[in-house]
Amino acid sequence: MKVITANFVTCAVKECKTTATSFPLHFHDAELELQEVDFQPEFIRNVIPRIDWEGLRTTANELGFPSLPETKPEGDALTNEQTLKDLHRLLLETQVMEGKLVCGTCGHAYAIKEGIANFLLPSHLV
Amino acid sequence: MADEYEQNHVHEVYQQIAGHFSATRFKAWPIVEQFLQAQSPGSVGLDVGCGNGKNLTVNKDVFIVASDRSENLARIAMQHQPHSTVVADILQLPHRDAFFDFAISIAVVHHMSTPERRVEAVAEILRTVKPGSGTEPGGKFLVYAWALEQKDSRRGWDKGDPQDIMVPWVRKSKSDQGQEQTFHRYYHLYEEGELERDIEQAGGQVLESGYEKDNWWAIATPKPKPKPAS
Repeated sequence: MKVITANFVTCAVKECKTTATSFPLHFHDAELELQEVDFQPEFIRNVIPRIDWEGLRTTANELGFPSLPETKPEGDALTNEQTLKDLHRLLLETQVMEGKLVCGTCGHAYAIKEGIANFLLPSHLV
Repeated sequence: MADEYEQNHVHEVYQQIAGHFSATRFKAWPIVEQFLQAQSPGSVGLDVGCGNGKNLTVNKDVFIVASDRSENLARIAMQHQPHSTVVADILQLPHRDAFFDFAISIAVVHHMSTPERRVEAVAEILRTVKPGSGTEPGGKFLVYAWALEQKDSRRGWDKGDPQDIMVPWVRKSKSDQGQEQTFHRYYHLYEEGELERDIEQAGGQVLESGYEKDNWWAIATPKPKPKPAS
């Protein structure tokens, strides 16, 4: 699972979605792998406005990448090739291969195996 | 129980036939292709019931979180960059409300085995799509379902035929001296106008709809919420 994906998922439990603590989900025991993806500066520039920056900072911190700027890069900052390359590496190339995503509200842990997170709920949570 | 029924007659079958199913599906259908190409660069969307991910090859300038109930299919779909794939259930999507710029669900809702669950599936996807405001149009959701009216197809069904059916999938294995294995998947065949009715009932507004390749399709957006009385 790519780091960017964590910015677009939340707990599958209905009641959790309206609670602030269900986003972002928290990585536990994450095993990371770097997988090369073609660098498209335009793509990064276009998708950054759709990123929840606070959420991404939380995720990055939990995965051990503490160096994200406090505010989301905008305008001129998004023309800096190095900034875009760094974000590309974090968002698209950093893969969580094994581990768990844990909801801060209900505590349910979604398993990530061989790079795929599984959001199917056990029947008592449906 | 409807969910158990679907587990046996839909999910299990796709787990079994994932490889063969994927090898027979290469290209997005024309209206799906047009819809995805029309999304502006940097848009973020969903492909619910992505199958082998054939629709993920259409537009590399948007980001799609694809999901499928079958882990075997999700694993095949995950190769398509720059997108991402997860395993999820259409009735419990792991996504926030009112967030996504677009969504597609192609040939998926017809696997839900009761009228309530079919409406619920549409409602669950619409929940995740950005509603329009006074100044900005809402996000769009493209949905396809198999049509009852397809008398010129290989299957030959038409108006008046049963709508809830089991459709065989025959898998010939090359390694097994051409031995055949048949799996049956449950389908609900949509009659004309049914998809639009389901969308309305799910709280959506139909923007466009039509018929393509033995399927009914519709593009919908979440209905704007009524203004709170002041």
